[in-house]
Amino acid sequence: MSEITEQVTPKTGGINMSFVKKMSGPLVGLILLCVFFSLTSEFFLSARNGLNILDQVTVLGILAIGMTLVIVIGGIDLSVGSVLAFSMMMMGVMQRQLGLPLELAIVVGIATGAICGLVSGLLITVAKLPAFIATLAVMSVTRGLANILTEGKQIVGYPDWFTSLATVRQFGFLSLTVATFIVLAIIAAIILKYRPSGRNLFAIGGNPEVARLAGINVNLNTCVVYALSGALAGLAAVAFAARLDSSQPSAGLGYELDTIAAVVIGGASLSGGVGSISGTVIGVFIIGVLRNGLNLLGVSPFIQQVLIGVVIAAAVTFDTLGRKRR
Amino acid sequence: MPMQPDQTIESPASSQAGETILSVRNVSKTYGKITVLKNVSFDIKKGEVVALLGENGAGKSTLSSIIAGLVIPSEGEMRWQGEPYSPATPSDALNAGLGLIHQEMRLLPELSIAENIFVGRLPTRSGRIDNFEMYRRADEQLKRLGLNVSPATKVKYLRVAAQQQVEIAKALTLNARFLILDEPTAALGGEETDKLFEQIERLKNEGVSFIYISHRLEEIARIADRVIVMRDGELVANFDSAKVPVSNLVEAMVGRQLDRIFPHLPAPTHKPLIEVKNLSSAEGDFHDVSFTVSAGEVMGIAGIVGAGRTELVRAIAGADPVKTGSVSVDGKVITLKSPADAMAAGIALVPEDRKLQGLVLEHTIGNNIALGNYPRITPRSWVTPTEIRNFATTAIKRFGIKGSADQRANELSGGNQQKIVIARAISAGPKVVILDEPTRGIDVGARSAIYDVIAELAKQGMAVIVVSSDLDEVLGLSHKVLVMARGRNQGILSGAEATRHAVMERATA
Repeated sequence: MSEITEQVTPKTGGINMSFVKKMSGPLVGLILLCVFFSLTSEFFLSARNGLNILDQVTVLGILAIGMTLVIVIGGIDLSVGSVLAFSMMMMGVMQRQLGLPLELAIVVGIATGAICGLVSGLLITVAKLPAFIATLAVMSVTRGLANILTEGKQIVGYPDWFTSLATVRQFGFLSLTVATFIVLAIIAAIILKYRPSGRNLFAIGGNPEVARLAGINVNLNTCVVYALSGALAGLAAVAFAARLDSSQPSAGLGYELDTIAAVVIGGASLSGGVGSISGTVIGVFIIGVLRNGLNLLGVSPFIQQVLIGVVIAAAVTFDTLGRKRR
Repeated sequence: MPMQPDQTIESPASSQAGETILSVRNVSKTYGKITVLKNVSFDIKKGEVVALLGENGAGKSTLSSIIAGLVIPSEGEMRWQGEPYSPATPSDALNAGLGLIHQEMRLLPELSIAENIFVGRLPTRSGRIDNFEMYRRADEQLKRLGLNVSPATKVKYLRVAAQQQVEIAKALTLNARFLILDEPTAALGGEETDKLFEQIERLKNEGVSFIYISHRLEEIARIADRVIVMRDGELVANFDSAKVPVSNLVEAMVGRQLDRIFPHLPAPTHKPLIEVKNLSSAEGDFHDVSFTVSAGEVMGIAGIVGAGRTELVRAIAGADPVKTGSVSVDGKVITLKSPADAMAAGIALVPEDRKLQGLVLEHTIGNNIALGNYPRITPRSWVTPTEIRNFATTAIKRFGIKGSADQRANELSGGNQQKIVIARAISAGPKVVILDEPTRGIDVGARSAIYDVIAELAKQGMAVIVVSSDLDEVLGLSHKVLVMARGRNQGILSGAEATRHAVMERATA
């Protein structure tokens, strides 16, 4: 019995179409930007400038990988810029003032970031603070700690091999820090798409109660994601210190906002459950290319800020409109 | 007998109800090439309750939305109290005195009951909100509905049934003269339903007219004066009296004879699969509940809303904490710290609210079915989108879901959404399946399909527990019925003992 036909919404296309639509917006934007700067600046379209852009976006890119995971689970991490500075200072203090080998100091720097992220995760899952408040608190604390370590002074004098991580292009091509960013992005993309543990993050962001009732340990996953975001901020600190050839307590000021912007431009939704590493990488390059191109054209940094704001609004508007139309 | 075409032959009883207050003439609605409403005409008289029946997708919601100003009709006209009536917005309709109570809750969870009732028209005194007056008037309405709760309570702390009553209280303060109630009793237990019907009766005597939409056909004879039935966007039957056998109503809705509603259940085995002993809730929602369900057995849990049924099954599924007592599956006592623990022991829960607890609505059907089932999809530590699609497609076929793996869950009807949640739970290969209100808000045809699925689970040797506020459903679908009242087990009835009367007696004990 009960072969009762129900009306089903006719639906054509499916996942491949929606994938193309979702990706095309930011990607088309990036291509248009590149075409525009190629036409307006004689220096833009060159292998050398391309590698420059890669160098310039590495720190932002590493941070954005962690932020993508955080935003996918429906969270936000405002602390990444400050955690970066704190990790960088910890590394500097360990090596320059306590005399630890630099290799070990690097590990301490990354671990510092991971612990800061874990604190955010515990504030969210155990103390039940909203992610915005928890990471705002950690942002303030870690920026303060970064300054306390050296009373606000920078640390200089890293060995040559360390700075060469960011400056020497291996085989005339990629520096080790850029290579690290690329490898991390590929690993994160694979985890998010092909590992059950990665796919579960989308369910947590889509509806945490559904995820919990489906047998996912939401609290554990949340802590792991924030700890990863912190650890990546620590790694970004290492890359940044190598590029600056110093540790600065004011490093990474405002980076959390650039990072969030890159992830959102890449198509992630701040309400969670939607996002991808490929989108985020495109978002990172949109910001990187925009800065680089405007510098080449000699546009003032103040006007650059205005333009970046406009790009963020435009990118997300198109994305939202496109999603509604589907 | 009374299957008649469109025109109503007035019976002496209905002409006493008074003059026509709303007339709908030849109203149609098309979206592009799709016609969802075809040439619908009917009249509603003052102080009359007209039941509007039809399966999901029959056009009831579109018709209601047109009357309430949410949708503009493509053709046709309406008259309200003799004047031409063409509302462009819901507030046009509200100002004219027509209100629609939605099937889905439209409440603001962070605001108090009183603020929800008066939102948009908060009482003020010299420019400031008059809290005293607001709470006084809200309290008055809550008392009228027999709801014993402070109007200052935030709505998010209320259970579904109480939230529904806030919606109704809200409408009562609107002084509306015409109300469309869309599935008002879907979340209510017997006592709350009775209270609601008393309210409708009282308002009716004050001259308020109602369109009453419900999937619970047994209610119709109790509350409605007339019945109109829609199918595929057309008005197909018009019964002058609501005292029509349910089977005739169902026949009109589905367009053919339904010989039986509940599937046959084979006798259960005598191999106990789940044993619950003296279980008490950490939050005091239920106390000292014990029962056993065997392989192939279906146990219904009946009771009025607030009896602790949902809390009991959630605790058994590891979703809520337990204070004392034990749960054993297959003879082994299990630890219940999280839903993951319960699932590992072989207990699967299909939760009460499929939209908030069952599905990630924005995600695809495939991802929803795969959620929590990755170890069943592949033995490897990674999984491809193709594997997920194939796994989901198998489940879609097995459960007869009308959709594809790549479609988003929110594009499906309630019945199909429910099947997705069931498909996910069953794909985990559980020994014990718990379904909490599996047919709430689902139309007759889709309900039968869900009943068939439930019977099939029992046939495959699972122990099945079904919580339902629909008494006929509990009785028709179960080998035995556990009745709860005030958080306690009031007895387990089976066979000839399990009658409506016996269940209601214990449920209200």
